Amino acid sequence: MSNALAIARKELSAYFASPIAYVVIGFFALMFGFFFYSLLLYFDRQSLQAAGQAVNVNEQFLRPVFLNATVILLFVLPLVTMRTYSEEKRSGTIELLLTAPLTDLQIILGKFLGAMGLYAAMLAITLVHVGLLFVFGSPEWRPVVTTYFGLLLMGGCFISIGLLISSLTKNQIVAGMITFGVFLMLWVINWIASFMGPTTQQVLNYLSITDHLDDFTKGIIDTKHLVYYISFITFGLFLTARSVDTERWRG
Amino acid sequence: MIEVQHLTKRYGPFTAVDDISFTVDKGEILGFLGPNGAGKTTTMRVLTGYMPPTEGTAVVAGYNLLDKPIEAKRRTGYLPETPPLYPDMTVREYLEFCARIKGLPRGDRKARVVAAMERTRVADMAERHCAKLSKGYRQRVGLAQALLGNPDVLILDEPTAGLDPKQINETRQLIKDLRGDHTVILSTHILPEVSQTCTRVVIINKGKVVAVDTPDNLTSRLRGSETMYVQIDAMGADAGSGLAGLPGVTKVTVSDTKDSVVGLEVESEAGRDVRRDLAAAVVARGWGLLELRPMRMSLEDVFLKLTTQESDAPVASDVVASEQAEVAHE
Repeated sequence: MSNALAIARKELSAYFASPIAYVVIGFFALMFGFFFYSLLLYFDRQSLQAAGQAVNVNEQFLRPVFLNATVILLFVLPLVTMRTYSEEKRSGTIELLLTAPLTDLQIILGKFLGAMGLYAAMLAITLVHVGLLFVFGSPEWRPVVTTYFGLLLMGGCFISIGLLISSLTKNQIVAGMITFGVFLMLWVINWIASFMGPTTQQVLNYLSITDHLDDFTKGIIDTKHLVYYISFITFGLFLTARSVDTERWRG
Repeated sequence: MIEVQHLTKRYGPFTAVDDISFTVDKGEILGFLGPNGAGKTTTMRVLTGYMPPTEGTAVVAGYNLLDKPIEAKRRTGYLPETPPLYPDMTVREYLEFCARIKGLPRGDRKARVVAAMERTRVADMAERHCAKLSKGYRQRVGLAQALLGNPDVLILDEPTAGLDPKQINETRQLIKDLRGDHTVILSTHILPEVSQTCTRVVIINKGKVVAVDTPDNLTSRLRGSETMYVQIDAMGADAGSGLAGLPGVTKVTVSDTKDSVVGLEVESEAGRDVRRDLAAAVVARGWGLLELRPMRMSLEDVFLKLTTQESDAPVASDVVASEQAEVAHE
């Protein structure tokens, strides 16, 4: 584990030593701020129109903010993962990692945790917005916690696919583009669900990454979604391990 | 310390390394010689566990790379062809990261990093980012990385590439100092480097081993016969035919003449030292003996002979055969 953490630390410091971390976090903060502000205006009008009837900040404001904000991840996370393996393969530093007394799993886990670290830093920015909400209003804290938990899991899925794709190519741009394509596909895959037969419909709905976040934003931790996210991440990392291994055999 | 048996590595239909076998004993420095694309880097990559062989086995520091790669890697330091540096890290950060992934004990790391930096003379650049280092420094930081943790086995892919003459000398001295405690395999294009630093040489060409021997033996054994260069002031006499009749001498050719001074190349039967007889014969005839020295085949000649003339294979296979016999004896 300490080996994996050494890699994770190296990955994280590499993000912050290059402009990537700042660009990614800055862009995310900007977009999230805009989403937050525009939905706040909308919520403001809604509560005026509700005229005395109870409005729920969690249900009517925070939930839409986070569900909408996940679209930013679609653009941002490919930028985080595209260099993880491609860069090391291109510059030859992969030789250092693969000839060090490390298992493939430790390297992959390290890279995963490093990217998760940057993602967590990104999410940490949004604590400022949510904090403001707590200062001026009285939202419930439990759904907020489960939302963050769900967001971390969902990001983990994206990052694990991103790692896999990055391990397949030497070219960062190619890795980034394919990753973006796959993310988008996983996003919209259930759009066609209602036109399909009952079984296909269920499968497609189940595959959609964002659908599983919904319950988390309501404050529910359902094992169904937990199992989905965790097995998704595990599978992604497993495939990455296979990909790194075949790369060795092919040379 | 290192045992390679029937190692073959194929990339698709292309065979990079074709059934090579050799052993390296503890404390030896083995030079890996061959033209570009001969399979040097591939062999080294297999030995460091970067890629598995298609066929055959490699045992490094007592551990089979296929069964116990981690144990073998723990005892191996590797400098790849391009030093694997992270441009965004300073030299010290980089080496500390390497120390961590090599599993050096926490309390020891800083001291070991400093020691490695001093040994490779990169300490003055400790706080410089790797991206801003000159080629010579990059190479030496890579070497420092390989030396970290004092591994039993060092595998160095062209350790002196990109260094200036002074740095080359320093690096060679450093490698020579490793002899005894460490087992070193180094690859190079520079032939004098091999004769200076290596205790044994493996010459490979097109993925096959063409010769394994000490640098001295290689140069002498490949000659087949002994050749002397003799320079004589024969005072107008025909020195060539005068010496051709000596016992053991097989052939005399005139290589140069200047006034009454003649330079002769005298070939003799293999293993027979005719120098005394030659000198005595020249003096007995009243000629002046100006120079007498054995003509050695340089490593360059050996190398070119082995790697370019495939039709001349008997000589080469001779060497390999006798080497394999030696290995079998061990």
